[in-house]
Amino acid sequence: MADSRNDRAAPSASMLVLEGVHTHIGQYHILQGVDFAVPRGGLTMLLGRNGAGKTTCLRTIMGLWRASRGSIHFNGKDITRLQTPDLARRGVAYVPENMGIFAGLTVRENMLLAARSGPPDEVRLDWIFGLFPAMKKFWNGVAGNLSGGQKQMLAICRAIVEPRALILVDEPSKGLAPAIIANMIEAFRELKRTDTTLLVVEQNFHFARALGDNVAVMDAGRIVHSGRMDALAADEALQTRLLGLSLESHQ
Amino acid sequence: MSAPVSFLGELLSGDRPRSRVLAVLLVAVLIALAAAPFLFPGTRSLNVAAKVAVFIVLVASYDLLLGYTGIVSFAHTMFFGIGGYGVGIAMGKLGAGWGSLALGVAIALVAATVLAFAIGLLSLRVRAIFFTMITLAVASFFQILASQLSWFTGGEDGLNFKLPPMLLPSTRLFEAPLFGVDVTGRILSYYLVFLCALGLFLVLLRVVNSPFGRVLLAIRENEFRAEALGYRTVVYRSVANCVAALGATCAGVLYALWLRYTGPDTTLSFNIMIDILLMVVIGGMGTLYGAVLGATLFVVAQNYLQDLMKLASDGLAGVPLLPALLHPDRWLLWLGILFILCVYYFPNGIVGRLRKTRT
Repeated sequence: MADSRNDRAAPSASMLVLEGVHTHIGQYHILQGVDFAVPRGGLTMLLGRNGAGKTTCLRTIMGLWRASRGSIHFNGKDITRLQTPDLARRGVAYVPENMGIFAGLTVRENMLLAARSGPPDEVRLDWIFGLFPAMKKFWNGVAGNLSGGQKQMLAICRAIVEPRALILVDEPSKGLAPAIIANMIEAFRELKRTDTTLLVVEQNFHFARALGDNVAVMDAGRIVHSGRMDALAADEALQTRLLGLSLESHQ
Repeated sequence: MSAPVSFLGELLSGDRPRSRVLAVLLVAVLIALAAAPFLFPGTRSLNVAAKVAVFIVLVASYDLLLGYTGIVSFAHTMFFGIGGYGVGIAMGKLGAGWGSLALGVAIALVAATVLAFAIGLLSLRVRAIFFTMITLAVASFFQILASQLSWFTGGEDGLNFKLPPMLLPSTRLFEAPLFGVDVTGRILSYYLVFLCALGLFLVLLRVVNSPFGRVLLAIRENEFRAEALGYRTVVYRSVANCVAALGATCAGVLYALWLRYTGPDTTLSFNIMIDILLMVVIGGMGTLYGAVLGATLFVVAQNYLQDLMKLASDGLAGVPLLPALLHPDRWLLWLGILFILCVYYFPNGIVGRLRKTRT
């Protein structure tokens, strides 16, 4: 059970609230009563060991897996039974893990697909190219030919090609070189300056500490801690207990 | 210079061949079809040219399903048949007027759309294999229906019907021959088929290069990712199914008009479905230009391979074994070998191969 709920935002200030969410995948009971809230604005990190249920949690929010029990509220509205496309139309973007792009399409086509209200304007594109210059360079190139880091960048670009209320990002730093991760951190810092709220699943603690405003930690399908990221970063004993290793030792 | 180039680009919806060899081949097919009555005068060659034009539309519309959306359907010949029977029944029952032709086309298009949408909505939301099985069942049912309702469809014999007088072979449009060829209603029929096929192909090219076509490609690649971007994949796949069905129906109309006949063997046969699949694979899936090359090669081979083999067999008379191997009766064996080699050496189809090795 969560052992620190004092810092949890009040429901009215929360963009996303999960209450007692259970998810079954086949015979497996993955999420076993997830309770947590994502405050409006800023970046919330969802941490946890492998197999804790982080990705399932994001996919359940996005409607890609159905919650078998519990409720999910987005901007005060119940979205538990909403279809994935409807959720996307309400302003929720999802960046899946493993560079979830359309490899057979060009970078431009990938971006245009995500821009549902029409081609993105020049100002928005310039801002995106400022965050990820490689996208401008390979604009007409086939996305499948990009490097791993560039594919991940494209997946994020796709999510921000239009303003979104909430972006769910699954392990953005997975498998990337340190230099690319540093570039990614800068891009996320820039993203945090916009109105967008971010919920990011991450295993890289350095990445998490550098960006997270709030944090929720999962274990065995439940949230076992939620609070401010700086509080967790300062408490080595808590890190060891929750995550099995400390940020200090990780670095 | 740039104005014609930009007009051509607009006509092709920005989907240029992206290979010089492919461009040359496409232009060659276009010229051959456009000038067929004058370049290859004769009933047989004109029949082949008309069949190529019709099958380009039929195969291109199937590629919209298979190559662009990743849907395997066995009901494409059913829609081909709906087009043929729509025209055949209307003109057979109501007379050889333009009005009955228009009514037949309209009824066929509406019936095909309703049927395609119903099949799509009922089965595209579940697993792809289920959709495939449903299309197989519905197509078989339609074939049996066409064969059993003989008072209406002509049964196994099919339906012969008359065309409007202007399209009849006996009608001479000009007193004097043009380039040595008498311009009859038959040639007018050919150009009706050719121009409609060209127009339909360009419409399909516009569809696959539109934002709608881009979503179809995304669905083919990863349905969940497309949904996460806000696209209702069932709706898109159902609409793609309808557009493909409409394409096949139009092709059926054109084929029936050309043959002045419609029947189970010319439109509904499962062999035609296999031929369509082969043409898509040989030409290259996911590229409508593949339909042009696939249909042309296949139909020409189907019609002229025997002649070519006879020439080779006669030429090699006296050489042991080879004349027997190349005997015209063995044309199906060689057609099969040609297709195996084609698939082996061009796994992405001819267009895929040509685009990979740009010249």
